[in-house]
Amino acid sequence: MTARVVLVDDHAMFRSGVKAELGARLTVVGEAGGVSEAVTVIAATRPDVVLLDVHMPDGGGLAVIEAVRDTLPDTRFLALSVSDAAEDVIALIRAGARGYVTKTISADELADAVARVAGGDAVFSPRLAGFVLDAFRDAPVAPSVDPEIDLLTPREREVLRLLARGYAYKEIASELFISIKTVETHASNVLRKLQLSNRHQLTRWAADRRMF
Amino acid sequence: MESVTTASPPTRRLYRRPDRGLAGGVATGIAEHLGIAPWIVWTTFVVLTFAGGLGIALYGAYLIVVPTAPDAGPGRFPAWLEYVGAGVAAVAAVGVAATTLPANGLFLPALLACLGGALIWRQAAQPERARMRTVSRSFAGDSTGWQGRARLVAGAALVVSGAALVLAREDFTAVRDGFLAMVVTAVGLALLTGPWWIRMATQLSEERAERIRSQERADIAAHLHDSVLQTLALIQRNANSPREVTRLARGQERTLRTLLYGNRTATGNFAAELRAAAADVEDAYAMSVDVVIVGDAPMDDDLAALAGAAREALVNAAKHSGAEAVSLYAELEPTQVSVFVKDRGVGFDVDSVAGDRQGVRGSIIGRMERHGGKAQFRSAPGTGTEVELTLPRTEG
Repeated sequence: MTARVVLVDDHAMFRSGVKAELGARLTVVGEAGGVSEAVTVIAATRPDVVLLDVHMPDGGGLAVIEAVRDTLPDTRFLALSVSDAAEDVIALIRAGARGYVTKTISADELADAVARVAGGDAVFSPRLAGFVLDAFRDAPVAPSVDPEIDLLTPREREVLRLLARGYAYKEIASELFISIKTVETHASNVLRKLQLSNRHQLTRWAADRRMF
Repeated sequence: MESVTTASPPTRRLYRRPDRGLAGGVATGIAEHLGIAPWIVWTTFVVLTFAGGLGIALYGAYLIVVPTAPDAGPGRFPAWLEYVGAGVAAVAAVGVAATTLPANGLFLPALLACLGGALIWRQAAQPERARMRTVSRSFAGDSTGWQGRARLVAGAALVVSGAALVLAREDFTAVRDGFLAMVVTAVGLALLTGPWWIRMATQLSEERAERIRSQERADIAAHLHDSVLQTLALIQRNANSPREVTRLARGQERTLRTLLYGNRTATGNFAAELRAAAADVEDAYAMSVDVVIVGDAPMDDDLAALAGAAREALVNAAKHSGAEAVSLYAELEPTQVSVFVKDRGVGFDVDSVAGDRQGVRGSIIGRMERHGGKAQFRSAPGTGTEVELTLPRTEG
């Protein structure tokens, strides 16, 4: 089953490029060039995954997620951007995006990322992993595997480091002698901690960067 | 390219609305500014008038001081009617003052001087900027339009007559006479030229802001021309060489990112040094380097050696791996610094090759060992290569 996808990007050229490259591997059910158009299209088509541009003239990806997430809890968002700025990326992740990739990503990798997001997993590009490690850099590691504590466990740190080094999930699994499923679980846990955490180091890191 | 600008809310300013109000638009302007009905403002002024004429004085002050709205149209009444009205009001005020006030003669000349100034002020407060400039020029002697000249002459005449009246009084001592004359003349002069100076200052600061804005636009345009357009031209000429196109595009992307997201050019830090190394390799070998750096520290000899070794590892990956991209990950921890250079290229047999090559032995392994660190190679034919460079750190 291919994922049903809505493309949201204010550059029509980019949308048609993605469609041309990925049309065979996923089903593009709609596209939009702006925030309000995106909200309408997403509500009408109820896609599995929304490929969402971070910056758009009338508000950007954040506005789309905020407008849609309460009514369509099953729709997942994958942020896709040229932005290098940590604050843009982290803000979208905290709003509920399941991952972040840069627009320079290859077609294969993008198709994989969409499939993974559609399956409920998190997608960490090396850059996003780097941002997260940076945010939790000076924090102590979590004393236990308590999911309520918004600290990274040693294992999650290891997984993030390997992601930042450019490892694929499969390579991480064999490097750490764990299953791919476990790698995915770690990644999802990190993502959830990012989305839930409003205390501790993420807040401080964000404050340092004048984010929230 | 997306822009990330946020407009700050405009500052709300109090303006007169002569196009909508009855007498200069003061009340209408205040009502609009406060968001209340105009009749409330009117009533307030009327009530205050019974408090010893305070309402009229206030209204006059507002009329003089508050500027007209920049988008206001011409007044509801023809200009001449306004002037006649103003003249009647002035004469009435003078008459009332002359008949009701005790024989303190200072009041009348002062009033005349003030009226002269107010008349000129009113002229300077016309809504149209072009008209304003005409007025400014008229002060500089290059008076255009009979209206401007006539009012200028009238204002000046009133000021002079005010001063003359003071000087002509017989019941003042000479010292007090001279002093008062000076004060009145100074006030008259201030009234005469004050508005012009204020207008000039406002206009100057507005023009300066506009100049800064257009300068920024020009800077960006120049930058786009020097970099982006040149690169696009080069790309078109190299359209049949994908590697060259990639190299040009990556280099341009990096430059633009530096411009847009800033703070990447700060020199003297490890992260900046690594990014520069990655940029050099991208440019020299047409290979894209994905850089992720966690933490930062000022450069020292050990870190410089580490950066040099990392650069050599990148160069090796570019030369020998055959891969199109390489990942560079660096993390600065309190006790050690690690750099990983990973490619998905052809790989090599670590045991047979790594120790022999001068680049690997001298520039990577030897350099790391001299500075107390170490270099590890993990590779096998067909699986790509990862170079791990670690360096212990002593200071935090």
